[in-house]
Amino acid sequence: MGLRDLTAAGQIAAIRAGETSSAELVEAHLAAIAADDVDAFLAVDAEGARARAREIDAMPERPPLAGVPIGIKDALSVRDVVTTSGSRMLEGFRPVYTATCVARLEAAGAVVVGKTNMDEFAMGSSTENSAFKNTLNPWDHGRVPGGSSGGSAAAVAERQVPWSLGSDTGGSIRQPAALCGIVGMKPTYGAISRYGLIAFASSLDQVGPFARSVEDAALLLRHTVGRDPMDSTSLDWPGEISTPTATDLSGMRVGVVDELMGEGIEPGVRAAVDAALGTVEELGGTVVPVSLPSALSGLATYYVLAPAECSANLARFDGVRYGPVAPAANLLDQYETTRGDLFGPEVKRRIMLGTFALASGYYDQYYGRAQRVRTLMVREFADAFEKVDLLVSPTSPTVAFPLGDRTADPYAMYMADVCTIPVSLAGLPAISIPCGLSDGLPVGLQLAGPAFSENALLGAAHALEGALAFDTRPPGLVT
Amino acid sequence: MIDDETVRHVARLARLRLSPDEEQVMREELSGILEHIDAIRAMDLDGVPPTTHVIALENVVRPDVPVPGLPREEALREAAHVTDEGFGVPRMD
Repeated sequence: MGLRDLTAAGQIAAIRAGETSSAELVEAHLAAIAADDVDAFLAVDAEGARARAREIDAMPERPPLAGVPIGIKDALSVRDVVTTSGSRMLEGFRPVYTATCVARLEAAGAVVVGKTNMDEFAMGSSTENSAFKNTLNPWDHGRVPGGSSGGSAAAVAERQVPWSLGSDTGGSIRQPAALCGIVGMKPTYGAISRYGLIAFASSLDQVGPFARSVEDAALLLRHTVGRDPMDSTSLDWPGEISTPTATDLSGMRVGVVDELMGEGIEPGVRAAVDAALGTVEELGGTVVPVSLPSALSGLATYYVLAPAECSANLARFDGVRYGPVAPAANLLDQYETTRGDLFGPEVKRRIMLGTFALASGYYDQYYGRAQRVRTLMVREFADAFEKVDLLVSPTSPTVAFPLGDRTADPYAMYMADVCTIPVSLAGLPAISIPCGLSDGLPVGLQLAGPAFSENALLGAAHALEGALAFDTRPPGLVT
Repeated sequence: MIDDETVRHVARLARLRLSPDEEQVMREELSGILEHIDAIRAMDLDGVPPTTHVIALENVVRPDVPVPGLPREEALREAAHVTDEGFGVPRMD
């Protein structure tokens, strides 16, 4: 087993045991990125990473994360490192400050090696909306890695980094984690500061970890959660994220969401999820059916709320303060031409949809109603958690789909998030773990819990991970 | 469902220049998406209040102590045009 096959926790242990160094680990991963054939990264900061690794190796006492490399979704600002959010609108942009979550990881001893590819401004489910390039699924290079954090997911699956950060608005961490056969978690809304995250839909956006083990996801979460004075929506975290150790699910009531196991879920995905439910019972858990009647209205609700919020958030991109600008005769022309030239088709579509939904005469019919459906969803989850400890469903209705398969039909692409969106609308934490294969491609199992139930979710995910023994190595990958 | 005039009006509100081809595609695609979204217009939502914040936080304040902001040269360093120590823009007409 090579250095890159170790989990982040394994790499930290190897450094502490004197078996390797941060410099050696960073070099091994940079070499893998340089030989990249899945196009996971948009920018690589090789010199910065090497310098930081040398610094950490020279410290008399190593910081907790010991100099292990990490990849960062390009939606998160890193000072002086080109940050584009996958858009030509920010081509060449070098942020003047670092996102709080990244700064916390750097302070804890993680070494940022680069910025990962994504759908433009995090809008998409395949990373094909990146203005720069497609990222390929490590399990099948003819298929998408999922999205919008497709680069972060592919980089971890391909072992170019042991772990990475992504952001999740309607499923953008969980769905690519599922499609790439790794672990991805969206924590409770407000758990991780969004200062320095380029905003998409502020009532939904959350930062979270990708990893090849549940333990690593917990470790990454531990070093990122907590209140930040620079983000007034961030929360004081109650207690600490502990290292998950559970090996069974004794006494745990596990609800299966009826609405997310029916029509529209691929048979192969359902079979893998059913098999995982068998494992839940073998581990001592009780499986009970649960109904979330509004779950299937989630997609329509989300596609009012998220575009509406994005139309406001993306108003800041006008060519004046950052990024390229189109030549124009007057200010209005400059705004319209810059935005018309530099936003891609999906971003324009969502800005238009959101502007429409907020426009005078339509607000009550769309935005107002969507916010009320959201209340129903919050209530239904609360009722469900009176009866069960956690809820499970497929993470994605399908396995990774072929590149180009859905780019012509926006709503078909939106369907990729049908299972992840309800949890996002309710602001709850959820984790996706790989639970098996369908036709040789990974299937993700989503576990969701009440707000602040991260430790319980990670524990249950850890127990299942051990019993399912999924091999995260894509076929043919040489390390 | 959405006509050309609505597309042009919304594009103007959003400060987006669309080519005639883009307007046409946008009209078709938005109409298609709205057909799906219209499901929520048929739901019975009488007496259901809106949710704006899923995790309730109240009165988030900080001590009223001045702290330095972004230095001017840093704030301006990514701008395409800088004039008189500020962001440069064309005339407003």
